Amino acid sequence: MHMADALVAPAVAGTMYVLSASAAGVSVNQVKKEDDPKKIPVMGVMGAFVFATQMLNFTIPGTGSSGHLCGGMMLSAVLGPFAGFLTMIGVLLVQCLLFADGGLLALGCNIWNMAFYGCFVGALLIWKPIMKKGATKAKIALASILGCVLTLQLGAFSVTIETLLSGVTELPFSVFLASMQPIHLAIGFVEGLITTAVLIFVYEARPELLWGIGGTNEGRVTDKEGKLSLKNTVIAIAVAAAICGGIVSLFASAFPDGLEWSMEQVAGTTELEAEGGAYDAAAGIQETTSLLPDYAFKNSESAAGTSFSGIVGSLVVVGVMVGASYAFKFFKKKDGSASAA
Amino acid sequence: MNRLHPLGKLLVCVFYIVTVASFHKYALSQLILMAVYPVFGFIVGELSLKEGLYRMRLILPLVVFVGIFNPFLDRNVLQYSFGIPITGGMVSMVTLMLKGFYSVLAAYILIATTSIDEICYALRLIHVPRVMVIVIMLIYRYFGLMGNEANRIATAYKLRAPSQNGIHYKAWGTLVGQWLLRSIDRAEMVYESMLLRGFKGDYVIPRRKVKPVSMIYPIAWILIFIVIRSGLINIF
Repeated sequence: MHMADALVAPAVAGTMYVLSASAAGVSVNQVKKEDDPKKIPVMGVMGAFVFATQMLNFTIPGTGSSGHLCGGMMLSAVLGPFAGFLTMIGVLLVQCLLFADGGLLALGCNIWNMAFYGCFVGALLIWKPIMKKGATKAKIALASILGCVLTLQLGAFSVTIETLLSGVTELPFSVFLASMQPIHLAIGFVEGLITTAVLIFVYEARPELLWGIGGTNEGRVTDKEGKLSLKNTVIAIAVAAAICGGIVSLFASAFPDGLEWSMEQVAGTTELEAEGGAYDAAAGIQETTSLLPDYAFKNSESAAGTSFSGIVGSLVVVGVMVGASYAFKFFKKKDGSASAA
Repeated sequence: MNRLHPLGKLLVCVFYIVTVASFHKYALSQLILMAVYPVFGFIVGELSLKEGLYRMRLILPLVVFVGIFNPFLDRNVLQYSFGIPITGGMVSMVTLMLKGFYSVLAAYILIATTSIDEICYALRLIHVPRVMVIVIMLIYRYFGLMGNEANRIATAYKLRAPSQNGIHYKAWGTLVGQWLLRSIDRAEMVYESMLLRGFKGDYVIPRRKVKPVSMIYPIAWILIFIVIRSGLINIF
């Protein structure tokens, strides 16, 4: 789920940064309003906990693939959506700096895909309404599994959209979507089960640690009162997830290309053209800066030669830089030893 | 490089990644030129290339998945080199891999030459909210503690179930939940200790003097990136 810098164009990254920063701004204000300084160390330790659990990959049966926890639901179930969102930003920033998991440029996208959906959609639209009249084990299971599956589906969908809008892949929308959604359905389900196990343990040991639990008696309600049995809930969710997965996959593969289809419906063509001074100027700049404008090098011997020499030339410059860097290092050391003497 | 001001290094890193990501998918030769920064950083900073490459493992699967189909889907022949047709898909795949490679190396240069405290200091200088910066510092600090806690729990489990391979799935919830609760308790104890030692909601990070070289370093690199990106280097 972590997007690398190579997968996003600066315009897409910038837009996602603005959106994520807006959500972060709201969260900072809310955390300030809550004014609970004791929450800060818990945010730190929960962040480290999610960080650690994200490093453990679990195998997705029958796919030959693996996945890891996202952690948004778990964070917001303990810290609430706002503190959870800020903690998740911290986790993603440390991950991208220390482990190169996700990029600095793609951080805005990753915050949106992994933190926004998990913390806001998961906590406010799923966890809170389900826990409104108190918690039971079945309700925790329902909220955790439903929340993890749904928020991961939204996250995976956003990854597809962001990558395609960045124009780095030739994969058609439907193919990309068909490969992203089902695998994240499975990952979401496993994450939901793990989140359920952890939260039920916390609920039994220290229910006061859970966020957004309504009702009386510290939010505790017996399973009979809650009208949901844990076993039935898990079975129902598993069946629903399998059906949804099948339907999503069918849709994804049945229609040729959703993005092009939409463009054709709106504009009557899949190739949009723009006219005007700004576009002409931009095209001019692009023509000047691009080494292969309009694929004009096809079958052109001289152009091919130019491009080839361009690549060789670039490699030469890099080679010169290697030499210059060693020279710089040599003189720096010499200078350092002279000043020490 | 370690003595340079962290804000300058952070700006150079971010500007470099933005510049690299902004290249057109066929602009391979310009992109190769962008190697000047990682080359400089790794040689002058005396960093391990092996360690930098090892970091690629996490982002590689998604980048490879996204790029690997380009040669099959974009078959538009751009040129013939030694009689071999070079398609747009081949060029865009290599460009994508290079972008991923460069951005990982740039982030590695930043973190290898700058401590997390200094990065947090730089984040405060660009007005990242205090609560965010404190949480980042705490995550970094607690990570080691939580690792030790997990190790203790795993050792205890192994001693309790000596002939068992791995941890039984039925124990996962209890073990991970226990791990979380113990870590929260520990975090609260640490927080109380911090209060007793005068913690008032913010870290006191000593201000650093800005030396001329710390000003020249980011300006020079940003100019170099702009020159490469704009295509002004047209010597070939």
